[in-house]
Amino acid sequence: MKKIEAIIREERLEAVKKALEENSYFGMTVSEVSGRGRQKGIPLQWRVGEYRVDLLPKLKIELVLLDEDVPTAVNAIVRNARTGEIGDGKIFILPVENVVRVRTGDRDENAI
Amino acid sequence: MLMTPGVALFYGGMVRRKNLLSTIMMSFAALGLIGILWVLYGYSLSFGSDNSGFIGGLNFVGLMGVGQEPSSIYASTVPHLAFMVFQGMFAIITVALITGAVVERIKFGALLIFSALWMTVVYCPVAHWVWGDGGWLANLGILDFAGGAVVHINAGVSALALVMLLGRRRGFPEQPMEPNNIPLVVLGAGLLWFGWFGFNAGSSLASDGLAASAFVTTNTAAAAAAFTWMVISWFYRRPSVLGTVTGAIAGLATITPAAGFVTPLAGIPIGIVAAIVCYYIMLLLKTKLGFDDSLDVFAIHGVGGILGMLATGIFATMAVNSAGADGLLAGNEMQFLKQLAGVLAVGAFAFVATWILGKLVDVTIGLRVGQMEETVGLDLSQHGERAYGGLLR
Repeated sequence: MKKIEAIIREERLEAVKKALEENSYFGMTVSEVSGRGRQKGIPLQWRVGEYRVDLLPKLKIELVLLDEDVPTAVNAIVRNARTGEIGDGKIFILPVENVVRVRTGDRDENAI
Repeated sequence: MLMTPGVALFYGGMVRRKNLLSTIMMSFAALGLIGILWVLYGYSLSFGSDNSGFIGGLNFVGLMGVGQEPSSIYASTVPHLAFMVFQGMFAIITVALITGAVVERIKFGALLIFSALWMTVVYCPVAHWVWGDGGWLANLGILDFAGGAVVHINAGVSALALVMLLGRRRGFPEQPMEPNNIPLVVLGAGLLWFGWFGFNAGSSLASDGLAASAFVTTNTAAAAAAFTWMVISWFYRRPSVLGTVTGAIAGLATITPAAGFVTPLAGIPIGIVAAIVCYYIMLLLKTKLGFDDSLDVFAIHGVGGILGMLATGIFATMAVNSAGADGLLAGNEMQFLKQLAGVLAVGAFAFVATWILGKLVDVTIGLRVGQMEETVGLDLSQHGERAYGGLLR
């Protein structure tokens, strides 16, 4: 089992969600995060002059999948999160040791 | 009275999230503290019987002789108590205005002690000089309709002196100090703009033609300054919301001394100049000179007050207010010089007296919170509360 952590642009969430859904990957956790990569930051205004905010708002999607589903899901995310501009985000893939479904107590692959 | 909570929100929205409550509290505490001191002795020191032009006597202490009948000296058409409490609101808001310079790092207890001392030693004498019967600046013929000198120069210059003693916020100017809630700033500015009608039109002390004239003049200047600031920010980048409401307040502060002495249309040039001058002074102080007058009390109120007092000396006309005087444009250059004298006298006194009082508090109990308290934020370290609580929404 693998966990996919995808950091994406806020405005790409709907498209990514839809693409994952089309591949029958429904479960996910989404959170608002701040971060930076090569995009650096954006200037904002004060009363006079401006300042830079170097941590930008992004969304983090987390989902856990069977190993064989990972390439399809990653492709779906990449295709739909990409704009081609700096700041499109990153995807991390991590091994998962175990999963437990709270309602039933199911474990491992049955719990995904 | 609603203006001071207006200041609380106006300032509160501009600080970082961890200091929102403490900033609001600074203004609200002035409502409590000065609200008491004013009736006990503040009113008397400001408006009591004159002592050689410098300070009022003790004849109104504890509101002695201040009743439901009009005073024999001030505001003959309203109850003396009404005049007294109206003046009290000026004292309260002046103290609240100063706090904008010292937010995010001053010790709350120290601020309270300073505020009580400041009202007594700085505000009351200056109010007496300018507005008290027999006050030396009043005798000189200085015009200050609703507090350009008494409120705004007084607050702005004192703020500057306090900033010099207190120093910058930790992290200024390298780290951006991001406003936590600009809508709150807009709400506060809205309350202030509205409340200002009470101050400026109310300073006519009657519901008469002069009150209406001051009302229109005030609104015109605020509008001109807000619009001008918007244009300036647009010229450099984008039309800024924070900038536009800041401009409105700068315009209101500037028109304050002039509101009842100049024509409504004079509010337009006064408002435009107010926005331009306050903008560039703010830029100079903050980014070039590195003063951490955190919420720009000097750049808005100090500079606005000075401009307004001088503008009164230029634009004043007896046609608007027969109890006033003619200014430079009406051929009376003496009035301009008098206004200048008033600016210098109030500014110099406020700066020196505030510096001494601030130093006094600093060496006794200390003005500034500790490093950890500042880092954690004053909401938690000074008040044990936080603005937005709870993990569950």
